[in-house]
Amino acid sequence: MITFDAVRKQYPDGTVAVDDLDLQVEEGDVVVLVGPSGCGKTTTMRMVNRMIEPTGGTITVDGTDIMSTDPVKLRRDIGYVIQQIGLFPHRTTAENIATVPELVGWDRSRIRERVAELIDTVGLPDGVADRYPHQLSGGQRQRVGVARALATDPPVMLMDEPFGAVDPIVRGRLQDEFLRLQAEVHKTIVFVTHDIDEAIKMGDRIAILSEGGVLQQYETPASILAHPANAFVEDFLGEERGLKRLSLIPVKEVTADRGPVVTVGTNATDAREVARSQGADWVVIVGDDDTLRGWSWTDELADPVDGDAAKPFVTQVEAQDSLRTALDALVSSWTGVAVRVSGGDRYEGLLTRELLTAELHDDARARL
Amino acid sequence: MSTLLAQSGRPFPDWAWFDERNVDRLRDLFVEHVQLTGLALLFGLLIAIPLAVAAVRWRRLYSPLLNLTGVLFTIPSAALIIAVFAFLPVQTFGLKPRTSVLALTIYTLLILFRNTVAGLDSVPRDVTEAATAMGFRPSRRLLRVEFPLALPVIIAGIRIAAVTTLGLVTVTAFIGQGGFGQLFITGFQRQYTMEVAVGVVASVLLAVLVDLLLVWAERALTPWSQSRGGAT
Repeated sequence: MITFDAVRKQYPDGTVAVDDLDLQVEEGDVVVLVGPSGCGKTTTMRMVNRMIEPTGGTITVDGTDIMSTDPVKLRRDIGYVIQQIGLFPHRTTAENIATVPELVGWDRSRIRERVAELIDTVGLPDGVADRYPHQLSGGQRQRVGVARALATDPPVMLMDEPFGAVDPIVRGRLQDEFLRLQAEVHKTIVFVTHDIDEAIKMGDRIAILSEGGVLQQYETPASILAHPANAFVEDFLGEERGLKRLSLIPVKEVTADRGPVVTVGTNATDAREVARSQGADWVVIVGDDDTLRGWSWTDELADPVDGDAAKPFVTQVEAQDSLRTALDALVSSWTGVAVRVSGGDRYEGLLTRELLTAELHDDARARL
Repeated sequence: MSTLLAQSGRPFPDWAWFDERNVDRLRDLFVEHVQLTGLALLFGLLIAIPLAVAAVRWRRLYSPLLNLTGVLFTIPSAALIIAVFAFLPVQTFGLKPRTSVLALTIYTLLILFRNTVAGLDSVPRDVTEAATAMGFRPSRRLLRVEFPLALPVIIAGIRIAAVTTLGLVTVTAFIGQGGFGQLFITGFQRQYTMEVAVGVVASVLLAVLVDLLLVWAERALTPWSQSRGGAT
């Protein structure tokens, strides 16, 4: 756990980078510091390992005041992923990852085992261990940076725009991988970014800072999106708050409609009746055991209903996808619904625009 | 036109020059040439590196140190050697090799200092920050991170300094050393063109050889360098 108590950083020229900051980072949480440039987010993070020394207040890591710890020892106990990664160009992947274990004096065989384990953990391919950083792709370098920070399994990690140096596609993949990894390792993480979408995706909690290091709001992403504390936060969250909120809610939170569904072999008249009763001019066609076959307009139905003639749904969603993905599926489909499946082809039901809207409002109420 | 060759009346090239005595002498001169150069570079590095580290650490030292080494570098070589010979205690210096080494060392300082500072400055900031953030103490960071990464630029400086010094060594023949430079003096005195030519060729070959060795050393010491081995 990291606690900021009335922390202040004022430079000799009088500039205040961080002002009277109170913040508590719970054990195992990812706290994202986000804000416009000049908001002191990086300064705040760098005060934790004394790369920058606070000029007021106290910072404690697991109950110990950082100012009472030797900065070098403090830093060895805190994983650090720097902006631009900062890999050592003259050291191979394995040597980079081994940096902190070497500093703290692990023996060779223990280091070798740990390096091999980490290369695997962060998803680096075999054979990169002996390559130099310039021989790696951007995404691989990023993974080495994370592995290096994890080397001695520090309970606390600081990450300064760790995915800033790679293209958006690789970034998305690294973020997903990192979230999966974090679910296993449960580090206490302070994460800095200027990208609110990254903050919403990565953070258990988000601290929004404004110029001069003033904390504007500190809550879960869902709460902040549902209830921005003030105009600054609202402005910083930007457009499409509804979409951003949908991206936080998984499909499994919503009970899907059964919808106008007919089984292969039903006669066409019965099938049209099913559609009519639900106010639709199309039906979902499933096989035995609710295997999804596709859909059909009612006036194009074969008699009896034929699974092979059914049109496929362009996109399908599963329980762990976000409602934003469901919305995308919904607006891309002829039928105006997103079809939910499990295990790839088992029909679970339909998500409609009404269901999504209701969820946003219910969600807002539930978190009041 | 009256050249040395025309006056000497000896054939050229005169392969007879390579008799046993001259071959022995050539070997001694080679050793002396290499020793003078090597010692000058060694002392030059011993002085320039700490100065460079200080100048990087305390930026305001940089200009004065650069100016000082720069002024020393501009003194004509013969003048400097004569000055060291004339003004320092003759019992300690005089005609001894150390007089030459002292003068030669002074000439290496500008290049070695400037390149070491440039090399240390070329280390990417995110790399040094990462090192600090991971818990390197400043001295270890300097030895394990900054120097290795500065090495290509430092070695580039050593190459220039080495080639410059190899040339300057010949000038120290004035005070009794000079390596292959002695062949110039004795060759002229004896009006023996072949002897002068051997001195010239040997000096050039040695300079090329040393430069190649340093290029090779740089490659061996910086296997990580981006200039070779493409990205995959």
